[in-house]
Amino acid sequence: MANDAYSAKPGLWAWINRRLPVDAFMKSQVTEYYAPKNFNFWYFFGSLALLVLVMQLVTGIFLTMFYKVGENSAFDSVEFIMREVNFGWLLRYLHSTGASAFFLVIYLHMFRGIIYGSYKAPRELLWLFGMIIYLALMAEAFMGYVLPWGNMSFWAATVIINLFGAVPVVGPGLVEWIRGDYGIADATLNRFFSLHVVALPLVLLLLVVLHLVALHEVGSNNPDGVEIKAKKNDKGIPLDGIPFHPYYTVKDLFGTGVFLTLFAIVVFFLPTFGDLFLEKANFEPANPLSTPDPISPSWYFTPYYAILRSFPDKATGAVFMLIAVSAFFFLPWLDRSPVKSIRYRGWIYKTFLTLFVISFLGLMYLGLQPAQGIYVTLSRICCVPYFAFFALMYWYTRWDPVKPVPERVTFHA
Amino acid sequence: MTDVPATAGPDIDETRRKFLTMATGAVGGVGVVLAAIPFVESWQPSERARALGAPVLVDITKLEPGQMITTVWRKQVIYIVGRAKTLVDQLVKNDADLKDKDSKNSIQPEYAKNEMRSRRAEVLVLIGICTHLGCLPKTFFDPGDPVLGASWPGGFRCPCHGSRFDLAGRVFNGSPAPTNLSVPPYSFKDQHTLVIGLDEAPASAGAA
Repeated sequence: MANDAYSAKPGLWAWINRRLPVDAFMKSQVTEYYAPKNFNFWYFFGSLALLVLVMQLVTGIFLTMFYKVGENSAFDSVEFIMREVNFGWLLRYLHSTGASAFFLVIYLHMFRGIIYGSYKAPRELLWLFGMIIYLALMAEAFMGYVLPWGNMSFWAATVIINLFGAVPVVGPGLVEWIRGDYGIADATLNRFFSLHVVALPLVLLLLVVLHLVALHEVGSNNPDGVEIKAKKNDKGIPLDGIPFHPYYTVKDLFGTGVFLTLFAIVVFFLPTFGDLFLEKANFEPANPLSTPDPISPSWYFTPYYAILRSFPDKATGAVFMLIAVSAFFFLPWLDRSPVKSIRYRGWIYKTFLTLFVISFLGLMYLGLQPAQGIYVTLSRICCVPYFAFFALMYWYTRWDPVKPVPERVTFHA
Repeated sequence: MTDVPATAGPDIDETRRKFLTMATGAVGGVGVVLAAIPFVESWQPSERARALGAPVLVDITKLEPGQMITTVWRKQVIYIVGRAKTLVDQLVKNDADLKDKDSKNSIQPEYAKNEMRSRRAEVLVLIGICTHLGCLPKTFFDPGDPVLGASWPGGFRCPCHGSRFDLAGRVFNGSPAPTNLSVPPYSFKDQHTLVIGLDEAPASAGAA
């Protein structure tokens, strides 16, 4: 038992620690948890993701106090929140901007993991938990998007749920089961509300705990991709490690300050972000008799949406969209490079990665454009480097002319 | 629990213990699956939703060729299009460009599995839901529509992903939609009254 140190001590704090290992936990996970000393800009986004999660939970709890689920009340209650609830507009804009901020932070967090090879052994499970969080977050965001019951909500729900119709044999039955009616209806809205405010937040919290436990078990990677646990001093402390607190709590606090400043600018001055965060078509109530033209999903889904539209066949498009998302899960096993960090990779990997990033951003843009002419052609072109990055990784990471990795971490970033 | 060391007692029958553990696990597993059934089934359309799926009557007295009436049956938008009888000849011209010209893989009642995909050539009844991902195709009835080009023979185009259909709801090649627009079960109660949702109109059905 970890409470031996407190056995003879008087006082309430010792009494608590004999029963709950507060001090021991803080020591092992915070004040004496050693993280690499060379973290850079890219290491802000993990803590920022946690910050946005908390912000979404708090604003979500308050929005739920005023939102009225139901096909006849949902849209009106959102307008009620915007116009009549004290600071209701702020609660909603914090939540809607928070959704976009969440994806921005997560995409940058994932990109960090890719460029520094943070998914490679021994961090495969850490990466997988992160990817499951990403999937759960997509489901959470999609269902949240449906709740205001605007016309874009309605048609987004129609399109996304109909994707399940591409499943062989059970597809049509599955679609009806998800909707709970012959079309998107009150039943659909009610179950999405339940999943959005209860089920998925619980799942997300559990996954975040697993992600952090896995992280603290193996320790953070770093921009050099060097295992700091390989070189320890006589006390067993990594030579290149510094305690998480105060060093990284202070660093993350600075990141939080910068992030919240930018976040506030969007919330107060650009809440719709030029139709990207809140769309005009969604300020009209859901109308089953009119599809908005053109229709496009939220910006954080558009790369996959563009891939879906690139194929002139429903099942093929759906399959490639599924592959585009799930390919990330296999990175730890596709990447056979002897080095982790991009700093020591060669030109072949860097070329593939650059083309991948360009195609991802290109697809993100193209998914927001109408599905015709040049936009479809360009989407098809972008699909090639996107899928090549994953499909050929097993080979090009072996052929890649890598540079020697230093023994210890460096400071040249 | 299965890892309790054999030294816990001299008379432990490990085989028996293993069997009982497995049997308990199996029974428990079946129980969990059975208990999940009500939760899964609760997501199926409710009795109310099913009851509201009753047939719909539509008065088509004023439907002229080139016009379209929309109504809703089972939460699905129904397109009722008036077509000139001369259209039959033109529809045949589309055949070469169609994915499923004979509607073999598409959903329609037997009486609509013909060239015009309808009971009466001059009245087309469709479920107005794109078979790709469920958006409502928009009407582009005029041949050579400026948006769709000079070769456009007239029909529908989906705003979501650009699927195109002819005036019999048949999908053109190059569209992401896999099949033709579906035809719902329907019948004519009399010359001017359409019944959506019933293959044979009952004589006693109420007035429109």
